[in-house]
Amino acid sequence: MSSSNYSRRRLLKTGAATGAALATPTLFTGAAWAQEQGFTNAPTGGTVTLGFNVPQTGPYADEGADELRAFELAVEHLNGEGDGGMLSTFSSQALEGSGILGKRVEYVTGDTQTKSDAARASARSMIEKDGVIMISGGSSSGVAVAVQGLCQEAGIIFMAGLTHSNDTTGKDRKANGFRHFFNAYQSAAAMGPVLESLYGNDRKAYHLTADYTWGWTTQESMQAATEALGWETVNNVLTPLASTDFSSYIAPVLQSGADVLFLNHYGGNMVNSLTNAVQFGLKEAQANGKDFQIVVPLYSELMARGAGQNIAGIPGSQNWDWKLENQLGEKYKGTNDFVQAFGEKYGFPPSQAAHTCYVQTLLYADAVQRAGSFNPCAVVEALEGFEFDGLGNGPTLYRAEDHQCFKDVVVVRGKENPENEFDLVEIVEVTPTEAVTYPHDHPMFAGGELGECNPGA
Amino acid sequence: MTDQTQHTAAGPATTRARRKSQGVLGLRGRDITLMGIVLFLTLAAPFILNPFPATSGMAQFNAGYPDLMQRFVIFGIFAIGFNILFGLTGYLSFGHAAFLGVGSYSAVWMFKLLGYNIVPGLVLSVIVAGLFSLVIGYISLRRSGIYFSILTLAFAQMSFALAYSVLTPITNGETGLQVYTSDPQYLQSADAPSIPHLFGLEMRATETLRLGGWSFDLNFGYYVCAVVMVLAFYLAIRIFRSPFGMMLRAVKSNQQRMNYTGLNSRPYTLAAFVISGMYAGLAGGLMASMDPLAGAERMQWTASGEVVLMTILGGAGTLIGPVLGAGLIKYFENIFSKINDGVLHQWFAFMPDGIEDLLVGIVHPFVGKGWHLTLGLLFMLVVIFLPGGLVEGGQRIASVFRRDRKAGGAEARAAAKRNVE
Repeated sequence: MSSSNYSRRRLLKTGAATGAALATPTLFTGAAWAQEQGFTNAPTGGTVTLGFNVPQTGPYADEGADELRAFELAVEHLNGEGDGGMLSTFSSQALEGSGILGKRVEYVTGDTQTKSDAARASARSMIEKDGVIMISGGSSSGVAVAVQGLCQEAGIIFMAGLTHSNDTTGKDRKANGFRHFFNAYQSAAAMGPVLESLYGNDRKAYHLTADYTWGWTTQESMQAATEALGWETVNNVLTPLASTDFSSYIAPVLQSGADVLFLNHYGGNMVNSLTNAVQFGLKEAQANGKDFQIVVPLYSELMARGAGQNIAGIPGSQNWDWKLENQLGEKYKGTNDFVQAFGEKYGFPPSQAAHTCYVQTLLYADAVQRAGSFNPCAVVEALEGFEFDGLGNGPTLYRAEDHQCFKDVVVVRGKENPENEFDLVEIVEVTPTEAVTYPHDHPMFAGGELGECNPGA
Repeated sequence: MTDQTQHTAAGPATTRARRKSQGVLGLRGRDITLMGIVLFLTLAAPFILNPFPATSGMAQFNAGYPDLMQRFVIFGIFAIGFNILFGLTGYLSFGHAAFLGVGSYSAVWMFKLLGYNIVPGLVLSVIVAGLFSLVIGYISLRRSGIYFSILTLAFAQMSFALAYSVLTPITNGETGLQVYTSDPQYLQSADAPSIPHLFGLEMRATETLRLGGWSFDLNFGYYVCAVVMVLAFYLAIRIFRSPFGMMLRAVKSNQQRMNYTGLNSRPYTLAAFVISGMYAGLAGGLMASMDPLAGAERMQWTASGEVVLMTILGGAGTLIGPVLGAGLIKYFENIFSKINDGVLHQWFAFMPDGIEDLLVGIVHPFVGKGWHLTLGLLFMLVVIFLPGGLVEGGQRIASVFRRDRKAGGAEARAAAKRNVE
């Protein structure tokens, strides 16, 4: 044991050190993340860094991987490498393939793990460590809402990737956040008439719903749309996002008296729940004297690939499909250019997740170019009310009131006899923009406030 | 009775000798040095963790950005608290993340109801976590050993499931609990910042010092966490050196014998459990204060396992070990996981193409998404060769350079130390 004595002098020294430590906070003036040019992470030098925060693990990992491919492609095209993809068809011709405002585009990636917590941590490290000026990506509305909130606080732009919940541009809308993807309300509005023509007006619906913001709003929207057709809603069961086996949720469906099952699931969830439903024989079952039907409100090629044969005949909605231009013509130009660029690089057609992420990156770069500044407030101004065409969805509007894009919605069905592993869905109908437009203060979107754009300074 | 036991354990002579030596704030000898080291490390962390110039290729190994530094100290607090239970009593709890999560939720609720000042949130998170751990501890501590671990694990998973789906109105489920502009915030004054702050000073406020190529982020939120951790560390030293700490060690060395002497050890273990639960709650509250969002994943069993790893990696039962372990794991999680194939190709770019691809192929599984693998190997090495954790490694290295090196080496001294204590 040491027998050293600590004198008064030593005590004074310790005290002084502690005092200095406690006084440290007075150094801070509250200039949060701001830099010389008056906004967060203003790019210096010849490069600008974008942050792509996508799920690389968890139930949406497939979507995340495809998003990442699209981001890489977009960065290539922005820097003038490759064939330029949609740059040539984009109605705004501000981008020249020389980076953004002459600065070469670089990017960092992160893993959201499909968890709000992890996504925010990853986004924070991108902002603080890598100095990104914009964050895009995400394949879960829970994550998108969380990261959008963070970007608003930090003063950088968030270009939402695949997020379909009404809340992203409704209850949780933020001035610094923008969404190109469609939403649950638009899905329901587009699917209503199709469901009526397919299954009639006298149906009983049973909902299995992923238990988070996307599932809730999708279920709410679908219920409202189907009840408007005269359908009855028998039950709505919430399932945890992390579930991988849905047998226990599927088993009671046939006894419930329902004759339509809505799987408000996405990604790996949907692949598993649909597989379970088919294993339980729901597709061949009869209920109330009718054929039992399964509906998947939000569809994607990736899910169709995961679900294989089970997907045949099942209807759903999509933001975009790679066959649009081939089948429906010139209105959807840009589609083929993107599919070709993507196909050449990776060897298969892109998913809608890839499409929306690619487009969002281009839209951001274009807005900066047109605004002549990376300042988030200038970008917000350039994007609000922006009308464009040639990005694969036909004429599109970025509405100023809620930062939501308005464009046509694609209703699809699983093909009965697919010719190859990529051509798994057929386009049933394209619902025009007018039919899926709603007032920005619609009850399903109410309670949100964009607030002021935040440049971070 | 306490007093008596303490005398038999330490011996009256030693106690008198201890009383004779003057201490600073009740610390003596080695503890003062240890406290000084912790104080220095936490205060200088923004500089120590950014050893490479911001523009150099090595910059990606810099860990001195606010988010990660905050995580270092917050998980440090978590691990210090866990160590009070595990290191002293030997009770291995597999459910400590539940208390962390409860703390986070309490803090965010305070932000929602009262306002963005972090003080009410921190106070409530400690109280709620304390109460919660009292209930869980009261039940779980009826068993010891593996049964205790399983009980705590079960409770934690129950809490996770509750937070994730059943209690959605309180926890906002998968989306995570957040503060909305529509929340009441009764005490939020109009001019107060709309992000967490301490009496007007924002947690996010950062002063960036640029010295040549280097840049150092001095973040207010980090220093708040750092001060809390230093206090938490000080409290832990006092607990370790107190008669109460001695009782806890006695529980670890032979609880049965203690019971045979007619002494009821449960109040002591329960107190230790509650204290470490409160530490976890404090860490959770701080986490929410740095970023006002609480997700249920914080309570998952993987999070509970992580703190066990931190403690063992650093050195269970040592004072500074858990802090070091927490730092190491968080460093791996945030820095190693960022090394992707692109970076690897840059590193090996000077090699011929074939060899470059081969090297990238070899290293690839260990970095990026594979950081768990590297961490696992490291953990194995530590457990096999340094059972005392990183602290034992440090002692061994120190003994090599020490002049009064004894023939026995580190083990003998460690044994001697254990006997004294």
